[in-house]
Amino acid sequence: MGFGSSLAGDIGMNTALTDEQRALYMDPGVIRTVLATSKTIAIVGLSPKPERPSYFVGSYLKSEGYTVVPVNPRADEILGEKSYPDLLSIPFPVDMVDVFRQPDECVEVARQAVQIKAKTLWLQLRVINFEAAQIAADGGLHVVMDRCVKIEHGRYSGSLHWVGMNTEIISARRGGRYF
Amino acid sequence: MTQQKRKFGFETRMLHAGHIPDPVTGARAVPIYQTTSYVFEDTDKAAQLFELKQYGNIYTRINNPTNAVFEERIASLENATGAVATASGMAAQFAVMMTLLQAGDELVSSSHLYGGTKTQFTHTLKKLGVNVHFVDPNNFEAWQAAITPKTRALYGETIGNPQGSVLDIEPLAALAHSHNIPLIMDSTFATPYLCRPMDWGADIVTHSATKFIGGHGSSIGGVVLDSGKFDFSTFPTIADPDPAYHDLRFYETFGHYGFLMKTRAVTLRDTGAALSPFNAFLLIQGLETLSIRMDRHVENALAVAQYLQAHPKVGWVAYAGLPDSPYHALAQKYTPKGSGAVFTFGLKASNERLAGKTFIESLHLFSHLANVGDARSLVIHPASTTHQQLSDAELQEAGISAGMIRLSIGLETTEDLLWDLDQALQATSA
Repeated sequence: MGFGSSLAGDIGMNTALTDEQRALYMDPGVIRTVLATSKTIAIVGLSPKPERPSYFVGSYLKSEGYTVVPVNPRADEILGEKSYPDLLSIPFPVDMVDVFRQPDECVEVARQAVQIKAKTLWLQLRVINFEAAQIAADGGLHVVMDRCVKIEHGRYSGSLHWVGMNTEIISARRGGRYF
Repeated sequence: MTQQKRKFGFETRMLHAGHIPDPVTGARAVPIYQTTSYVFEDTDKAAQLFELKQYGNIYTRINNPTNAVFEERIASLENATGAVATASGMAAQFAVMMTLLQAGDELVSSSHLYGGTKTQFTHTLKKLGVNVHFVDPNNFEAWQAAITPKTRALYGETIGNPQGSVLDIEPLAALAHSHNIPLIMDSTFATPYLCRPMDWGADIVTHSATKFIGGHGSSIGGVVLDSGKFDFSTFPTIADPDPAYHDLRFYETFGHYGFLMKTRAVTLRDTGAALSPFNAFLLIQGLETLSIRMDRHVENALAVAQYLQAHPKVGWVAYAGLPDSPYHALAQKYTPKGSGAVFTFGLKASNERLAGKTFIESLHLFSHLANVGDARSLVIHPASTTHQQLSDAELQEAGISAGMIRLSIGLETTEDLLWDLDQALQATSA
């Protein structure tokens, strides 16, 4: 379904960013567009260990129908997919680059994301680097920062609600997927 | 299409938060999902659900779509990041303790507590190897002194039952955080309309939803809420690998949802104290009128407290809404809309115990029973009922005297309540 015009909720909780920074890097319209239009998601720092958060996110995105591309130089295969040592080694187009690395590694990831013509740079919760965000934005990419792609997918698809979380979405119109 | 951003007000969220009409039926009222279980999409999705890699419904002991509306709605009203509904208020606080504590840990708690909580902490938690230290909630130095390296949390009631004492939340939250431990508050008597403890720094809030939230004395229920702001990254039971869930590290995996996910996936799973979906529906009905009822509750409560204070047969009235209450300043700060609708008073009589009995048996409108927060006015004699398991010394420590009467003021015609109290007070000297 399309975007609900009555979808007026703000998503201001659980962030380290200021209101001005949130306007740039947590725009609900951008997040929903990215979730709706991305098909191939490269996860930089995807761990092969099933108990790690990146593995949770990767397996979630895969089961939700996205093509997940592991980027981890220390693994050959994760989640049944071939793993690449860096973004530049991926031989096909990537829509979103999702980053699970320390903030100081994000500038190089952002440069590579621009170079491979990815459409979105998504930095996970507390992965905050404004220089990296600026590099990606200057390269024409959507930028999301200090958010979890699994949580946002769950928020706008309705499933986060099933576990009692405050989605901050309020609407009197018939619901469904908001992307 | 342009997207209008707006942070909706409290009353709007009472009615709408957590319930978006479903796309198939469009049902406007919240449907009651009276089901134990949910058909899986396929074997892969089922496995993902059990591994917590997907958000979704498995079994009503763990989650349920009607309960989810109740959970998200009250989370929205408390400014919490999420909630877990439980079978009762006692189950809610027990779930918090079972999630956070292990044998050898300690808790520092206000001594101004509901009697059932005091008993749960003193005896049941002790059986599990957890020691609770009770302190006078008004004595900040006592809180400081009671904290040891084993202390894992501070605990108190926003408005203490039955003394009506108001907890000074802000400095206690700062004290807790300086020791890297959370402040847990039971906010049953305040409801999120009169006070939101998380706005003052509290980390975890519980409610007996049985009381003002349900509001009609029909349904037992409770809820655990988390602000999502406490840093659990070094808190053992939330950060360490959990053998009860194949060594999952709840903080690392779920971040600000870690505590609530563990409360649901481990504690609710293992203790089984889940809320009935039908009760969730009735509690949601209560939430939809919460602000309107609470305004009327506190208006009637203040009128009754003022009337009793001026009555010749009354010795004292302990209501934080009265200017001479030692808690008046705190009440003005934390509960500016009103100090709740539960308070106590003492009869002026030579034999307080006998006068109390005569008073209760002479009332016509006040119901004599063990509950508070009903739309109807209620009365009880704590020393012989809710707090009867306490010794005389414990009673004194909890601030309860033998002749104390507790009232829960309902929504009746104000003058009728005053009439009923007056005629029963006159009867005490007949």
